[in-house]
Amino acid sequence: MLESFSAETLARMQFAFTVSFHIIFPAFSIGLASYLAVLNALWLKTRDETYLHLFTYWKKIFAMAFGMGVVSGIVMSYQFGTNWAVFSDKAGPVIGPLMGYEVLSAFFLEAGFLGIMLFGRNRVGDGLHMFATAMVAAGTLFSATWIIAVNSWMQTPQGHGINELGQFVPEDWMAIIFSPSFPYRLVHMVLAAYLTTALVVGGVGAWHLLRDRLDPTARRMFSMAMWMILFVAPLQIFAGDQHGLNTLEHQPTKVMAMEGHFESHPDGAPLILFGWPDQEAQEMKYSVEIPKLSSLILKHSWDAPLDGLDTVAREDQPPVAIVFWSFRVMVGLGFCFLGLAIWSVTKRAMGRLYDSPWLQRVAVLLGPTGFIAVLAGWITTEVGRQPFTVYGLLRTSDSLSPVQAPAVAASLAGFAVVYFFVFGAGTIYILAMMAKPAATPRLGLRDGPIRTAGLTPAQQSNPDALHDD
Amino acid sequence: MIFELSFIFAGIIAFSVLTYVVLDGFDLGLGILFPLARDHKERGVMMNSVAPVWDGNETWLVLGGGGLFAVFPLAYAVVMPALYMPIIVMLLALVFRGVGFEYRWRSERWRPFWDMAFFGGSLVATLMQGISLGALVQGIQVEGRAYAGGWWDWLSPFSIGTGIALVLGYGLLGATWLVMKTEGPLQARMRGLAIWLGIGTLLAIGAVSLATPFLHPQYLSRWFTFPAAWYSAAVPLLLLIAAFLLFTGLRRGKDIQPFLAAQSLFVLSFIGIGISFYPYIVPPDLTIAAAAAPDESLRFILVGTVILVPIILGYTAYAYWVFRGKVDPNEGYH
Ligand code: HDD
Ligand code: HEM
Ligand code: HEM
Repeated sequence: MLESFSAETLARMQFAFTVSFHIIFPAFSIGLASYLAVLNALWLKTRDETYLHLFTYWKKIFAMAFGMGVVSGIVMSYQFGTNWAVFSDKAGPVIGPLMGYEVLSAFFLEAGFLGIMLFGRNRVGDGLHMFATAMVAAGTLFSATWIIAVNSWMQTPQGHGINELGQFVPEDWMAIIFSPSFPYRLVHMVLAAYLTTALVVGGVGAWHLLRDRLDPTARRMFSMAMWMILFVAPLQIFAGDQHGLNTLEHQPTKVMAMEGHFESHPDGAPLILFGWPDQEAQEMKYSVEIPKLSSLILKHSWDAPLDGLDTVAREDQPPVAIVFWSFRVMVGLGFCFLGLAIWSVTKRAMGRLYDSPWLQRVAVLLGPTGFIAVLAGWITTEVGRQPFTVYGLLRTSDSLSPVQAPAVAASLAGFAVVYFFVFGAGTIYILAMMAKPAATPRLGLRDGPIRTAGLTPAQQSNPDALHDD
Repeated sequence: MIFELSFIFAGIIAFSVLTYVVLDGFDLGLGILFPLARDHKERGVMMNSVAPVWDGNETWLVLGGGGLFAVFPLAYAVVMPALYMPIIVMLLALVFRGVGFEYRWRSERWRPFWDMAFFGGSLVATLMQGISLGALVQGIQVEGRAYAGGWWDWLSPFSIGTGIALVLGYGLLGATWLVMKTEGPLQARMRGLAIWLGIGTLLAIGAVSLATPFLHPQYLSRWFTFPAAWYSAAVPLLLLIAAFLLFTGLRRGKDIQPFLAAQSLFVLSFIGIGISFYPYIVPPDLTIAAAAAPDESLRFILVGTVILVPIILGYTAYAYWVFRGKVDPNEGYH
């Protein structure tokens, strides 16, 4: 079946497939690394065993996710060359050094201190162990910063010239790193990682609360996660809105696709909630719309004019349906997370945070959806950049390697089989770990009144949960 | 410019590839030897001897690839499509190998499978690295600014030879590492094995060295015209010394000497390859100077390299120091 595709399509599918798998792990490990640093710091400060149990528990899950992030990431760093050789030759002088800095300042830092964080507490003592944990967290954030700088330059390029060989050559590094979309994209991505992790932690906490609502570790993680979501979910919506306004300024075509505006609206564009974009016919079918709202959101005025895709040549348009829908998935989920935040804070105010089975069920359900929002966001961003790799300057069709379609087809099939198998197994193992309670010895129960602490057999079971496999 | 920046960077890239080989070589080699462990406990000891450091070791591979992209984008753009298949297979093999470290502790039933995946991944990754090296030495066909060959060009008796040579060599590194890090019966067996792997490695180095000068006239002149030949003669001589130290170290029951001697074999072979390549980065057409990124790119990354690489080496050394000594069979966080 793969024979019928061109080498270009296959190379794009392969890149999209591998990078989509990859981003799942960073989205989790960026958040989790910071969470672990916080947990460890709290343990050192309060000596409350609950924090230590949580640290040990999430540390093991982190080790799994991190391992998968590393192996899928190594693939990424070679794929620019294998699949996008012309792109690499042309854009390499600009983005190569940025990625070089990512390796030097981030990957080594993470990898160098990971061993000490995972295995070294007894060998180096609490202080250095804390330092190592913080370095791992810092490494993940540095990594995000550099790779987002790369991606943002591809979206909104500036600070470069073009030499006689057709290569992009750096002229002003500050302008390249701080390209117009960089601050917005970085903030939005890091918040996305924190939100995604908080949802997972909250989901796991909720799952264990549903089993045993007195479990102190479950209470602690649920409570911490709900606080986190309460702060981050609204921030993320705000950051996303700002990001969109910035995109309107620098990549208006992308916003037209996100909004599904095929036509220009000289006096106030409607907000299309749903519909079926028909790119052939260049129209939105079956649309449900609110008049003038899009102009209000994007231009802060009911009657502001907005251009549509009819101002863009057909061959310069991104695939509208994908962008339109992935954007809606992301935004829809963003509002669901806000809903969860509001619900949980109300329950907390009523003193019933741990005794609301429906809240907990919904938290379990939303647990994995942060990943979907992240993927949807990246798809909006990347597909919306099409048909260019360097926006407006280098076309995707001109970026390809001189490799034959069968080679790409074979490797794509290989990636698909291996990734689904290996990362599928990894996901199952992570879920199995999450299904076990973090720890049961009832020490340091601080949230809520102490009831019959440690008296029932269920509460005393599994005392060595710290040392399980 | 008084200093040719591109040559400084050729040196830096060569350094990071060499560091990769020195560091990841033994832990891939350990994977290749994995099936020789007698029981579950021995496998645990083997794996725990590298578990805290393998990720850092592999990061040098990312630096090798990422660094090439940063400072020699043209070489990167030519080599990756030329070595498409071996590189992709190596990456997939590294996936299996990398997850083995965690997965084998997660499921009783699948443990034998992940152990085999760890072994197979290590073996295939090593083989592909060796094949890639052989294909590079053989030469890559370039037209304009792009690779101009087919997708099977990398496969040849020579490249298969270098692949096998690297498997033997990494095996040797793995065995001597275990001699250094373990005790008892496992150590004794590895000591015996290292002798055979040492002989195999030396034969392979010999065969590859004999074949290389005949691949391109350029290599031949580099090695056999005077006065350059005086310098290049030093390499085989030092190789013999390293081999002597390896075997005496193994025979006299030394723990650390065999590992260092085996590493020296690698460093020297690497220098030998460097002599053949210079001044090309992708023989036979692409020179270091032609493949380099513009000076603005090189200058920018040079600052970071000069500051960060020593720091990286510092904390890498620290991590090895923290986990120094023999592996305690009862330790481990799992
Ligand atoms: C916003 C964050 C982010 C994004 C967009 C990407 N990555 Fe990533 N990457 C990380 C954040 C990250 C991380 C959090 O730093 C990881 C995850 C697990 C880890 O080891 O570090 C990582 C690992 C990781 C590794 C392994 C590092 C190691 O050996 O320790 C490589 C080579 C890459 N990435 C390369 C890429 C490439 C080429 C990308 C673009 C297509 C990319 N990453 C997107
Ligand atoms: C990590 C999260 C990311 C995801 C999920 C993602 C997703 C995608 C998708 C879906 C495509 C295919 C678009 C299409 O062909 O229509 C694509 C292409 C591409 N992306 Fe990304 N992307 C991510 C990050 C990045 C980053 C950080 C970079 C740059 C460093 C990047 C560079 C590219 C390139 C070079 C292509 C191939 C050319 C193209 O089709 O545009 N991507 N990505
Ligand atoms: C609900 C309100 C949200 C709005 C208005 C919003 C807006 C946006 C916009 C406009 C983009 C594309 C920017 C561009 O390509 O130029 C984007 C990308 C993205 N979104 Fe959102 N977003 C929201 C919620 C979320 C949530 C909840 C998540 C994840 C938890 C998320 C994750 C992402 C990611 C990972 C990207 C791609 C990287 C980037 O460009 O930053 N977004 N978002």
